[in-house]
Amino acid sequence: MGHADRAPQLDEAAIGRIFREESGRSVAALIRAFGDIDAAEDAVQEAFAIAVRKWPDAGLPPNPGGWITTTARKRAIDRLRRESRGRELLGEVALLSPRDEDPETEEEGLVQDDRLRLIFTCCHPALSTEAQVALTLRLLGGLTTGEVARSFLVAEPAMAQRLVRAKRKIKAARIPYRVPEDDELPARLRPVLAVVYLLYNAGLTARTDPDLCTEAIRLARILATLMPDEPEVAGLLALLLLTESRRPARTGPDGALVLLGEQDRTRWDRASIDEGRAIVRRCLRRGRPGAYQLQAAINAVHADAASIEETDWPRIAALYDRLLAVAPTPVVALNRAIVVGEVHGPAAALALVDELDLDGYHPFHATRADLLRRLGRDREAAAAYERAAALAPTDAEREFLLRGGRAARPLSTR
Amino acid sequence: MTQYLLSAHTVEGQVRDPMTAEEMGRFMERVGALEDEMRSAGALQFSGRLHEPDTATVVRVSGGDVLTTDGPFVESKEHLGGFYIIEAADLDAALGWAAKVTAAVNAPIEVRPFQDARAA
Repeated sequence: MGHADRAPQLDEAAIGRIFREESGRSVAALIRAFGDIDAAEDAVQEAFAIAVRKWPDAGLPPNPGGWITTTARKRAIDRLRRESRGRELLGEVALLSPRDEDPETEEEGLVQDDRLRLIFTCCHPALSTEAQVALTLRLLGGLTTGEVARSFLVAEPAMAQRLVRAKRKIKAARIPYRVPEDDELPARLRPVLAVVYLLYNAGLTARTDPDLCTEAIRLARILATLMPDEPEVAGLLALLLLTESRRPARTGPDGALVLLGEQDRTRWDRASIDEGRAIVRRCLRRGRPGAYQLQAAINAVHADAASIEETDWPRIAALYDRLLAVAPTPVVALNRAIVVGEVHGPAAALALVDELDLDGYHPFHATRADLLRRLGRDREAAAAYERAAALAPTDAEREFLLRGGRAARPLSTR
Repeated sequence: MTQYLLSAHTVEGQVRDPMTAEEMGRFMERVGALEDEMRSAGALQFSGRLHEPDTATVVRVSGGDVLTTDGPFVESKEHLGGFYIIEAADLDAALGWAAKVTAAVNAPIEVRPFQDARAA
C-alpha cells in the first residue's frame, strides 16, 4: 500500500475540514435533486462517513466535492429505494426535475451552483431570524448541530429542535427552493445579508468555538462569489474583512475591550485590510452605494490612518451623512454624532445625541458619558457610565465601562 | 399544489370609524374584484366572513356529558374575522395572494398550509 505516504495528513480532522468546505454545495445539489432537506443531509453525511474510511488509503480524489455529491446521490437513491416513503419521493423526483436539465448530472462542476437557492430558502422571510441563522450554519456552512448549538451557547437538544421545526415549516408551507426574481431580489437579499452580519457580530461578543466570525466571513465569500453583480454583497464582505482586521487589537491581554482610539494599530491585520479596501474601491465605483458598502468605506478610512489623531474625520463624516440617508436609524445617527464630535467638538455631538431615543442601548449612554466627560461635566458622566454598564451585554464591555466611570474624574483634568 | 388558509384577524376594541355607505361600496368592490381575480387564476377554493365572536357557542365533552356554553373558545382580543382557502404552487405564491388580501381588507393576514390531502 504505497498510497498511505501520498497523503499522510488525511486524518479525520483533515477530512472534517474538507467536509465543512464542501458539504454546503453537496447538500444544496441533493436538495434540488430530491426535494427533501433531510434526505439530502443524511446522504451527504453518509458519503462523508465513506470518505473517512476510504480516503486515508485511497488518497484524496481529484475533485473531493464532486466525489461527495456523486456518492451521496447514489446512496440517497439506494436508501430511498428501500423505503416506501422514498419510493414515493423518487416518483416525485422525475416530476420536480427541470426538463431542460443536463443529463450529465454526474459532472457536478458543470451544473449551476445550488447554494444560491439554498441560502434564499434558509433566509426566507417566513422563517424566524433564529431559524434562518441556524439553518444557514447547518446546511450551508456544514457545521454539525452540536457546533451550531455551541456557537450560540444553546443546549444541543434545543438547537436540534429549532432546526427540526424550521425544516418542518419549509416542507409543510412549501417554502420554495429557488433564487428570487430580479424584482424581488433586493428585498429577499436583505435577510440573507443580515444573517451573515448577525453571525459576525455574535462572534465578536461571544467567544465560542467554532468561531462565528470566521464562519461569517466564509459565508460572505461564498455569497460574493455567487452574486458578483450585487455591490451590497461585496460591501458586506469588505465590511467584515475590515472589522476582522482589527480583531487582534480589539481586546487587551486581560480580555477587556480596547477602543479604536487606543488600539495598537501595528496589530491590525494588513492582509484583511488590503483585501477589504480593494473590494470597497471596486464596488463603490459602480455607483450603487448601500448601507454595507458605506460602512465598509468608513472602516477603510479608519484603516488608512496610522493613528486616531491622523484619521480623516471630515471624510468619515461625509460618509456618515450618506449612510444616514440610506439607513436612517437612531444607531446610525448616534455613530454619526460621535464623528461630528471629532470634527466640531463634544458640545455639537452631545446636542445631536440628546435628541435620540435610545435609552435601552448601552452605547448611547457610553457615548453620552464620554462626551460629558470631555465637557468637564463629571458627575453627569459618571451617572451615564453607570447606566451604560448596567445595560452592557458582556463582562468585557461592562468592565470597560465601569473602569471608564471610575476614570472619569482624573481624566477630565487633561 | 398546496392549499393554504389565509385568515383575516381583527382586534377587538380597535373599532375603526364605521364606514360610510360610499366607503362600504368601495370596500366591497375592491374585495369582489380580488375574489374574481383569485377565482379566474384557479386559486380560490372557498371563502367566508364570520359574525362577531360573541355569537359563538362552544360544545365540549365533560365527564361523559356534552356541555354547551356561550362564547368564543379562546378569550382573546384578536379573533378570526374571515378567511380564504386557496391553492398555490408554493409559499411565495400564497404570500403574493395574502399581500393582495391585506391591501384590500386592511387587516393582517395569517398564511397557514393545510396538511397534504393526498396523504389520505
